[in-house]
Amino acid sequence: MNRDDIRDPEEPDAAEDQTGWSRRVFLGYSLTALPAVRFAAATARAAGKVAAHGKTAGPAVARSTATSTMPVTLNVTLNVNGQEQHLQLDPRASLLDTLREEIGLTGTKKGCDHGQCGACTVLIDDRRVLSCLTLAAMASGRRVTTVEGLAHGDQLHPVQAAFVKHDAFQCGFCTPGQIVSAVGLLHEGCPDDPAAIRECMSGNLCRCGAYPNIVAAVREARGGKSA
Amino acid sequence: MNLFSFHQAAQPDEAIHSVAGDPHAKFLAGGTTLVDLLRLNVETPDTLVDINALPLAKIEALPGGGVRIGALVRNSDLANDKAIRQRYPVLSEALLSGASPQLRNMATVGGNLMQRTRCYYFRDAISPCNKRQPGSGCAALEGYNRIHAVLGTSDKCIATFPGDMPVAMAALDAVVRTRRRNGAERTIPLADFHVSYGDEPARESVLEHGELITAVDLPAVPWLARSTYLKVRDRASYEFALASAAVALDLEGGRGGRIRAARVALGGVATKPWRSHEAEQALTGAKADEAAFRAAAEAALQAAQPQKHNGFKIELAKRTLVRALSTAAEMKV
Repeated sequence: MNRDDIRDPEEPDAAEDQTGWSRRVFLGYSLTALPAVRFAAATARAAGKVAAHGKTAGPAVARSTATSTMPVTLNVTLNVNGQEQHLQLDPRASLLDTLREEIGLTGTKKGCDHGQCGACTVLIDDRRVLSCLTLAAMASGRRVTTVEGLAHGDQLHPVQAAFVKHDAFQCGFCTPGQIVSAVGLLHEGCPDDPAAIRECMSGNLCRCGAYPNIVAAVREARGGKSA
Repeated sequence: MNLFSFHQAAQPDEAIHSVAGDPHAKFLAGGTTLVDLLRLNVETPDTLVDINALPLAKIEALPGGGVRIGALVRNSDLANDKAIRQRYPVLSEALLSGASPQLRNMATVGGNLMQRTRCYYFRDAISPCNKRQPGSGCAALEGYNRIHAVLGTSDKCIATFPGDMPVAMAALDAVVRTRRRNGAERTIPLADFHVSYGDEPARESVLEHGELITAVDLPAVPWLARSTYLKVRDRASYEFALASAAVALDLEGGRGGRIRAARVALGGVATKPWRSHEAEQALTGAKADEAAFRAAAEAALQAAQPQKHNGFKIELAKRTLVRALSTAAEMKV
């Protein structure tokens, strides 16, 4: 799968200018260029630290050696939505950035990037987790499911269908995280009352405040009352 | 984020060897604290050793009736374990009050013991912070310190220990099991595991570099079934404690009886999980009523030292403790 195969369906071809670059592809390449810049900065900083601690020969030398011989990329194999992905990654790459920038699955959203909002929720081995606080390398060999992997063809996952039915979103940015989190909730089990659903969904924030409809959608999806 | 090398260890001794031999290496478990702090440039390790594949994820019954919890048991699995819910409800409740379902699916027992403070000045990687950069000063002392500690502070650091699970474990007299280089194992009572800051706020526990937490043991004490955790915070869920209380009561003849023994630990108000022997002494032998609970609360907070913005925590912690004790006394066990 390459980046061009995963173009936003609503993005018209006309959005590609005469050079053949679409907005998303351009953004994608701009973002993947960033780590290289950061790497140069990090190396310079590390070198500075070594110089600053130059008199403590032992650890400083070890650190210097480690810095100069450090592998820049790791080979990581991820199983994402049933497909094996063989990737060469910066060890610092989060699962979130890898899904979005390397694999091109942009359904998983970056909200806070600090584990405080839930927009990046994915399933790993069917358990909901935060992809921003998971290094991609930690997920090596494990089964990752993103919002793109929930539907069967045109048939929506029951949680997706319930979100549509109950209009459980407004701007939609938190919605993929909400939906994947609700799928995780179904695996875990949660009592069918609004207070319990709110607690079980408390890891997903919605700035638009679509909570009442989200609770209704989750109740419907788990087979309980939806009103 | 600084560059680091990354590798996965298959066995404890391999992981210990890798970290112990490199002063800038760290163990990586659930990542919920460490990856966040890497991104903030607060943690700058050269090497991360991923320990998630180590065989340390079991909850086992011990011969004497206690429970051994592997260091890599996830918070959600521990919270929902049937034996834990029945015999140590305070632990299950503390775990479920922490973070969010996603984070509880990631966070591990060992990692949770090593959770770092949420002090804003520690986390911003720019302000003076004796914990992050020893000798640089403490921005919280003169800054905004509403979330900071009132117990166990020093003139070097007032950062609050943020966790819930370790507070419950402190009340349960849990014991931390570790392994070091050359296979040397040791056991550390949870009450001695975290250290008060004093002059060295960068040091948060008695663990040595490269020492790996392998398990936490809970003792077999039947009356710990009468235990509960109460957490008070700025919003109803997914928030750190302003004050919390982990309590257990041994009542003579059950509900309504005199207090034979008690366990009290506080969270959200101290620099480490705060076991209060003062409160326990105040409760022992007393009738289980509000007067006794209030006396215990006064004893627990007697040494409290407020900062400019967190004085409210002292009364809040007292009321939290009184309510937790009232709940425990009324439990049908």
